[in-house]
Parts: sequence; C-alpha cells; structure tokens
Amino acid sequence: MRKLLSAIMTAVVALMAFTAVLALVLIIGDLITRGASSIDWAFFTKSPVAPGETGGGVANAIVGTGIVVGMAALIGLPIGIGVGLFLAEYGSGRVGFLVRFIADVLNGTPSIVIGIFAWTWMVKPVGRFSALAGSLALAILMIPMISRTTEEMVRLVPHSLREAALALGYPRWRTSLRVVARTALGGIVTGCLVGIARIAGETAPLLFTALGNLNFTTKVTQPMQTLSLQIYVYATGPFEEWHRVAWAAALVLMGLVLILGIVARWATRQRYGRVR
Amino acid sequence: MAASANVRLRLETVRLTALFNRKAAVREVSILFPAHTVTAIIGPSGCGKSTFLRCLNRMHELSEGGWVTGKVLLDEVDIYASDVNPIQLRRRIGMVFQRPTPFPTMSIYDNVAAGLRVNGTRPRKEMDESVERALRQAALWDEVKDRLYASALELSGGQQQRLCIARAIAPQPEILLLDEPTASLDPAGTQRIEELCHELKRLYTIVIVTHNLQQAARVSDYTAFFYMGGLVEVGRTSEVFTRPKVEQTEQYITGRFG
Repeated sequence: MRKLLSAIMTAVVALMAFTAVLALVLIIGDLITRGASSIDWAFFTKSPVAPGETGGGVANAIVGTGIVVGMAALIGLPIGIGVGLFLAEYGSGRVGFLVRFIADVLNGTPSIVIGIFAWTWMVKPVGRFSALAGSLALAILMIPMISRTTEEMVRLVPHSLREAALALGYPRWRTSLRVVARTALGGIVTGCLVGIARIAGETAPLLFTALGNLNFTTKVTQPMQTLSLQIYVYATGPFEEWHRVAWAAALVLMGLVLILGIVARWATRQRYGRVR
Repeated sequence: MAASANVRLRLETVRLTALFNRKAAVREVSILFPAHTVTAIIGPSGCGKSTFLRCLNRMHELSEGGWVTGKVLLDEVDIYASDVNPIQLRRRIGMVFQRPTPFPTMSIYDNVAAGLRVNGTRPRKEMDESVERALRQAALWDEVKDRLYASALELSGGQQQRLCIARAIAPQPEILLLDEPTASLDPAGTQRIEELCHELKRLYTIVIVTHNLQQAARVSDYTAFFYMGGLVEVGRTSEVFTRPKVEQTEQYITGRFG
C-alpha cells in the first residue's frame, strides 16, 4: 500500500515535470516551424520594408534591443549589485528591512505600471518618446531582481571567510569587495544574466517609452525599435508578411534569451567546479 | 634562540571582561603572555576561551552585541585606547581559526600575499620573497612550490590550515593567535601544526586555544585554565599539569569533568 502510494505520487510529479518541459518544447518547436523559414542573412542586416513589399529584416529591432537592454543593464546592474551588497552586509537594521521591503514590492509591481511611471517622468516632460526612457523603465524593473539575488549569493559566503579577512587587517569595505563579493561572483553573474534575459523580452514598459521605430536608429533620445515591440506590432498587424516577420523575430528573441541562460549556466558551472 | 627576549613583555590583559550585550562571557581575566612563549588556553566548551582570544585582536567587538571592559596591553599600550585603529592593530596580530579558511577565489600565492597587499603594494621581487618565507615558516613550501598559482582549494585540510598560518604570519605580526587550529585535522596534520608552534615561537608570541589537553601539554610553555568565563589558574605548563594549585584544575586535567 505504502509502495503503491509512493509509485502513484512519483508518477504524478513526473507527469507535471513532463508538462512543464512539454510547454517549452512546443513553444520552441512552434517558433522554429513558423519562424525559421523567414530567417536569412538579410533578416539580420536589413531594416523593415514598406508593407506589401517582401524582403527586409529586423536589424533595427535587434540593434535597438541591444541598445535599450544594454543601457538598462548599465544603469540597473551597478545599482542592483550595490543594493544587494548593502542588504547582505549592513542590512540587518531598520534601513535594511525597509530597503528589502521596497525591493520586494517593486519586484511584484506589474511592468506596465513601471512603464507608466517612466512615461510620466521621462516622456511627458520632454514631450518625446525615447530609448532612454525605455531603458530607465527596464532598469527599474531590473534593480530589485538583481539586488535580491546578489544578497542571497553574498549571504551564502561563509562567515568564517569574512572573519579571516578582517583578522588579516582588511577594512570592512575591502573585505566585502575583495573576499565576499569575489567569492559570490559566480552567483552574482548568473543572477545578472538571468535578470538581463528577463528584461530583454519585456514589452509593456516599452510601449509608451521606447515606443518603436520602423527605421534604423542609434539615437537614444529618439524612439527606438526593439524585438519585443516589433513582435507586438507585427503580430497584431493586418499583413500576412508582418506575421511571418513576427514569428521570425520571436525566434530570434527566444534564441537570445536561451543563449543568455546557457551562458549563465556555464558561468555557474565554472564556479562550482573550482570551488569544490 | 631569543631567550633574552623573555625580559620584554609583549602582551598582557588587565581585568579583561568580554560581554555580549549585557551578558559577560569572560570575567576579569588578567594574564601575562611573555614574549616568545606559547601559552595554551584550556577549559571545557563554552568557558569563554575563544571569546577571550578574540578580544586580543579586537575581533570580539565585531560580533553581534560584543564589547569589552578592562585593558589589553601590547607593549604597554592599551589596544582598546581610543586612538588605536583596530584595522591597523589586526595587522600586528595574526589569527588562525578552527577550520581552514583559505580564500576560495585566490591562488595559493595570492592567499599568502593577501595580508601583505592590504598593507600597500610592494615590488614583485620583495613580495615573492615574503610569500616564500611565510610558506617556509609554515612548513608548506616544499609541498606547494611547484603550484603556487593553483587554487588554494586543491590543498588537503591540513595543508589549507598551514596555508592559513602562512597567510597570518606573512605580514610578520608580533603575536599569533591560534583558535583550536587542529580541531578539524587528522593526527598527522595535528602533529605538523604542533611542530610548527615550537618553530614559530622563536619569531612570535603564540596564544593557542585548545580542547586537547595533551596538545596543551605538548606545545605550551604556559597554560591558563578557564572555567565559566573566569580564569581559574595560570602558570608554567609543567606545574599546571603536575601540581595544579586549584582543585578544579586538577579535576579537569584528570578528566573528572568537562
């Protein structure tokens, strides 16, 4: 009886695991069957053409994603890591509690709300949509994620290492950076990559900040296209050609996120390999 | 041998009391540690011997709620005086912990160099010499000289502990504090560390906390017996172990409690 129950439960959880994996397989399979045929060299190197024409690509959106996400990472990563270090090293008091609470609330805030916030402060006063506003919205989205993972990773570093450094006459800040943060580096890097992958696919906060742009641009004060915006516009647009491009763009975006995920895994593996 | 150095007083505690918030873990302990001697601190678990040791390099105050009263005199200067910088002070007093604590991201070389680098940069050649000297003093040089740039985690537990000793003595401190340094080592590793104590007391004044009475008898010149946060008895090791003055000490060293 006990063994039977155990077997049933094992089967149930195995089925659930299979379902989860199946979803991912279906998504990737769908993207490949519908999108792969549209991907050629021009898809990566050319900007979109006018509706009705064939050809063209999403170079503007790929470069735009790079710029918008890159700037967001440039703003969000240092702040996020800094907050995480602060929380782990000095976060036991009331200030730490408050910061942690705010980070948790911000973490749960719907991304579209953060988009509205960025629009109110970055778009409305200037009177123009811009890539910078989009980056800011994504950075705000990123900071609480990065800070909480950084905090957790730093907390995993044994207290004895901290003491060993302090006993050697390390000042506290140097202990935090040279010994504690460096020991936790693998985990922090993984957290950052996962965070970047998360925001790379965000659409809602970009709708009224970066807006989208059918032309190729690298000016950050101008509206800019990203892959997620392109997918949103093209998938809901009326043209068959657009739908085709949207599928292909989705495949490219998924590929980028997968690569980040794999790199993150690889970075952690390197770390653990060395630590053991 | 620096027998004459015994005249010079190195470290002394005067009515040292260590507290966690309101609770005293060590009460009014006065001990004198003559230069170039090994002093063992023994006593049952929770008697405050580790806490006492951590007061000697101002590590205790880093613990949650930790503070002290009384004095710790290093060359007749109170290390708890307001004009003493605890960070500078810890560079003069090396410490080795119960478990080996090599820095996992650093190579063997960088581990030993860590305490030197924090004191400011110096020429490469000088650094190499200091690292080699520290590793030789810690009796580890021959085992690692061909792989100085390998990860410190490749070493065995006993080697890691000797690496930590090398790291502690590389900046040439005046005092070496050992907090149960052989607690996590096998007998062979323990023996090597004990031999080191004999070697190193020529250069440093050593205070060693130990659980192991035989170890205290083997390595130390002086022994202090702690019980319930207080100092019960301190004296020459040979006398404490053969003719203890206090009944409690005798009971402890003959294994009747603790």
